[in-house]
Amino acid sequence: MNTEFDIAETLDVKGASCPMPVIKTSEAVGDLDVGDVLEVLATDAGSMSDIDGWASSTDGVELLEQVDGGDVYKHYLRKTGE
Amino acid sequence: MSTDSAPTAGDGPTREDLQEQVETLRDRVESLEAAADDDGPKKMTIVATQGSFDMAYPPLILASTAAAFGWDVVVFYTFWGLDVLHEKKSRKLKLSAVGNPNMPMPNALAALPGMDRLATRMMEKRIADNGTATIEELIDVSLDQGVDLQACQMTMDLMEYDADDFYDGVTAGVGAATALQHMADSDVQLLV
Repeated sequence: MNTEFDIAETLDVKGASCPMPVIKTSEAVGDLDVGDVLEVLATDAGSMSDIDGWASSTDGVELLEQVDGGDVYKHYLRKTGE
Repeated sequence: MSTDSAPTAGDGPTREDLQEQVETLRDRVESLEAAADDDGPKKMTIVATQGSFDMAYPPLILASTAAAFGWDVVVFYTFWGLDVLHEKKSRKLKLSAVGNPNMPMPNALAALPGMDRLATRMMEKRIADNGTATIEELIDVSLDQGVDLQACQMTMDLMEYDADDFYDGVTAGVGAATALQHMADSDVQLLV
């Protein structure tokens, strides 16, 4: 499944488990420019719920899409503000 | 008798008094509403009292994650919890085999010498295989994210720990009153 947005950065947190995927995602989003899209690649099944939860309660970030690829979970987030 | 020319001469408040009170109340409501809209980030305080390998994890995982949410987080370490902040001891925390319902062995066996080390080594291997962060990594990441890791002065004295024993960035020399101040304003307070 392919996504239609331009990806500015890709964060690879494959192999890392809770809480690192969320923390690394938070750091990576902080480094983006407003409007940029971050792709996160994770193998932690909990990242589907965790990154969704983090994004929905954090200002300045929008979760665009999550893809359950079986082995790898892909998350797409856009920075919407500082 | 007074010859005051106020419009209402009785015991009750004058129209002007009432108007003034309404204005005062209106200002107060406005300032309270403004404060409610602007109460800043959420706050969490965790009191961490345990220094065993398994009990070191939950406070650090919650604290670092909450910091990623932008929360203002304090973890107040006291008693054996201090070992988690102790640079040398944190690398040698033990999982207790005795009384641990998840250990597939009777207590009599678990109490034998070396069993704690064996149990800890088993868990360390699982943690490495599973990609779980080490305690040291979680402390680093928590401090990087601005979590305030506090060491209780009273138990530092009791256990003869020095502030220099702790990781750089740990706040030493604080007491219950400091923890309570943060706790009183916190949305989440946990004792672990």
